[in-house]
Amino acid sequence: MDFNASQPIYKQIIDDFKKKLIRGELKEGDKIPSQRDYAEQVRVNPNTVQRAYREMESMNMVETLRGQGTFISISADRLEEIKMEMAVNLVDYYISEMESLGYSQEDIFKILKQEQSFREGERR
Amino acid sequence: MIEFKDVSKKFGSTIALNDVSLVFPRGKIIGLFGPNGAGKSTSIKLIMGLNRPDRGEVRVDGENPQNKKQDMAYLPEIDHLYPWMNIAQAADFTRTFYADWDETKYRELIKFLNLQENMKIAKISKGQRAKTKLLLTVSRRAPYLLMDEPLSGIDILTREEIINTLIRDYREGEQTIIISTHEIAEVESLVDEVIFLDKGKVKLSGNAEDLRVERNMSLVELMKEAFRDAN
Repeated sequence: MDFNASQPIYKQIIDDFKKKLIRGELKEGDKIPSQRDYAEQVRVNPNTVQRAYREMESMNMVETLRGQGTFISISADRLEEIKMEMAVNLVDYYISEMESLGYSQEDIFKILKQEQSFREGERR
Repeated sequence: MIEFKDVSKKFGSTIALNDVSLVFPRGKIIGLFGPNGAGKSTSIKLIMGLNRPDRGEVRVDGENPQNKKQDMAYLPEIDHLYPWMNIAQAADFTRTFYADWDETKYRELIKFLNLQENMKIAKISKGQRAKTKLLLTVSRRAPYLLMDEPLSGIDILTREEIINTLIRDYREGEQTIIISTHEIAEVESLVDEVIFLDKGKVKLSGNAEDLRVERNMSLVELMKEAFRDAN
């Protein structure tokens, strides 16, 4: 995992877990690496990993069982929320970048439509 | 916890530290950053009790640093190993001085770092010497680990090995690591707290993650900005 050094690393760790949940690479009940193993794998300060894990617990994404490890523990509703939140963030980013270049709302929709039909054509 | 209270230190007419007040919190990995001559080595030597401040005071867990030497493992910038020794002899030498020597860890690390006990200090490469220094420092279970430029002049692969070793062996919460370096990019993901020094003064300090949240910048960018303002 490559980090963007200008963003908080613990947030990037959380985002990485969110993406894995959305893609279905991780699901309810799966065991995730111990904080120490994870820190070594991604070469990050163990205190930072601890912060990310603690945050994920309070966000109702994971649960730590004493002596057993940390497991994905997420309700279907919560997962839906995370999916939505991720999608809205991406769309927000896209729109604000486009607007900063001077595209209007209509232009943006038009381009999206064009792109969509282009991609469908490619697929065929 | 290590505390500097209004600390000043001069060497002849050169001001190394100028009225510095600082706190190094316990249980964190702290980066001490700044260009050459900023006061990084002086700060570390004051903590080690190798120098005394001209004014102000330095406290380690509330005590005079002179009384806390057994709690500190120090990796100096200079080449302090005797060239005629091999690694095993250098380890023996360190072992006799410190009660907190951890033999199991030493055995493990020597393998992890790809070193051999019969390697002679005079004959090994600069990178291997850097790794040997690290080996001897980290094999102690000292609550404070002070490292002065452990990455300078070392190839990128060896630097990575050194950082991996630090992450692997770091005891969260109980161990405090202070690492002085100008290779900030290399330690972005390693440090909890940062202190930027320039010309004997603190330019900026704080929690690395909080600084990224506040400023949307990497530590390298923060350092550049802090020093652009100065000039």
